[in-house]
Amino acid sequence: MNNNKVIQVEGLTKMFGDFTAVNAITFEVEKGEIFGFLGANGAGKTTAMKMLIGISKPTSGEANVAGFDVFTHAEDIKKNIGYMSQKFALYDDLTVKENITFFGGIYGLSRKIIKEKSDVLIAELGLEKVANQLVGSLPLGWKQKLSFSVSLLHDPKIVFLDEPTGGVDPITRRQFWEMIYKASNQGTTVFVTTHYMDEAEYCDRVSIMVNGKIEALDTPKKLKKQFNAATMNDVFLKLARG
Amino acid sequence: MSITVSNISKSYKNVKALQNISFEVKPGELFGLIGPDGAGKTTLFRVLTTLLVANEGSATVAGFDVVEEYKNIRNSVGYMPGKFSLYQDLTVEENLNFFATIFGTTIEENYDLIKDIYVQIEPFKDRRAGKLSGGMKQKLALCCALIHKPKVLFLDEPTTGVDPVSRKEFWEMLKRLQQKDITILVSTPYMDEAALCDRIALIQDGKILEIDTPKAIVKHYPKQIYNVRATNMYQLIYSLKKYEHNHSVYPFGEVVHYTDSRTDFNPKDLKLYLESNDLNNVEIEKTVATIEDTFMELAK
Repeated sequence: MNNNKVIQVEGLTKMFGDFTAVNAITFEVEKGEIFGFLGANGAGKTTAMKMLIGISKPTSGEANVAGFDVFTHAEDIKKNIGYMSQKFALYDDLTVKENITFFGGIYGLSRKIIKEKSDVLIAELGLEKVANQLVGSLPLGWKQKLSFSVSLLHDPKIVFLDEPTGGVDPITRRQFWEMIYKASNQGTTVFVTTHYMDEAEYCDRVSIMVNGKIEALDTPKKLKKQFNAATMNDVFLKLARG
Repeated sequence: MSITVSNISKSYKNVKALQNISFEVKPGELFGLIGPDGAGKTTLFRVLTTLLVANEGSATVAGFDVVEEYKNIRNSVGYMPGKFSLYQDLTVEENLNFFATIFGTTIEENYDLIKDIYVQIEPFKDRRAGKLSGGMKQKLALCCALIHKPKVLFLDEPTTGVDPVSRKEFWEMLKRLQQKDITILVSTPYMDEAALCDRIALIQDGKILEIDTPKAIVKHYPKQIYNVRATNMYQLIYSLKKYEHNHSVYPFGEVVHYTDSRTDFNPKDLKLYLESNDLNNVEIEKTVATIEDTFMELAK
């Protein structure tokens, strides 16, 4: 595998009975890239992502993620990626520190490393005063920033973000994107699924799925030019409405 | 006025959910409450739909007081809560029939009002509501909220979690409803939807930051905003934040929105500064404020 390609997908397909949820998608993502994975509700984004993170076996095709084959080494993939979703992120009834310790343990880090990482992370996010408070009592924006940091605890090659910033206030959202840029700048690949087109504008490259197929893939700038559209929202509407 | 809100405050234990909120919505107006999660939007909806009593202040809806005349309000308004609240075990048609019956009407009587929307889900009228897709659930919920021909329609985050195509269709439906003399109060966390309302209130932490037409709100933005681009986004943001004259630095997709604290700002100085910080392909150009810029400036 080319070391700079951390995700390589060719002809990846998933069928449920007669229904083709993901129809022979092909793409590559480079090290440190922020890759937006877009599509309407039901276009096949979630199914595709489940295959990439090793929790759903493809029907056919090939995929290599973080250096491992999704058919034969799904467990290794799970250890080498981070995952964050808005729906499930952290345990509300554990404290900030307990959440970090818990996820560090899950990822197999030693107590010593967890302690070190925990201190750095809490300082970076300015959470010293609430480190022993339950996560449930924190504002949504803080939770999301914490959740993103936790998904990076084990220095994964790729972090998968599933609709990360819906509902957050605009200032916090930007702080969140600044964290994403920082991770990307340090070489972590960021794979973002979203159907919010303004999130798409932040990505280096964007793919758009329609009915199980990738119908467009390029930088936001080039896609806007290709579809003669002012925003990614307009690009999306043109593609999805045909 | 279809809705009047005067000095409404509501607290939960030590959380001030609403702090001295006042505004009015005119008959037939499409009025937007724009703010993030936790701003107080849902609390305000619950006060206005008589599901929650405020600690202070007063409010009327369709001419009725929310406390004294709450029963009249319940007959005059339609409410679509943020969380899908229909009966998952009833079919599409059963849900609609149920809500019509509760309000002492029939589907036939007000079919005209929901026709545009209902025809889109009618092919699935025998499907249980719990088995519908997100977009279809949203359409059914809107039909149920409309079936008794309300004077005022309350929509709490109707487009959250909905893809851009369904979102666009939903707003087109609202515009058509507005022409049928229904006053609409709608909340959303998406700043881009603000532009589709007649007037909006920007709300955060239980306080209203500003109320006006979307055009007027962006016009009031106090500074000239510049789009700044460079090859490395992370370095660009870092360098701009370090620049001593910056007033605000916010990433906006593939550019950064920058405002300067000086009145005699010359973009050439900034370009030189960025280039001396090893940034390449630096471009700086004037741009116009968006609702989101205004929101952030007010919330600062």
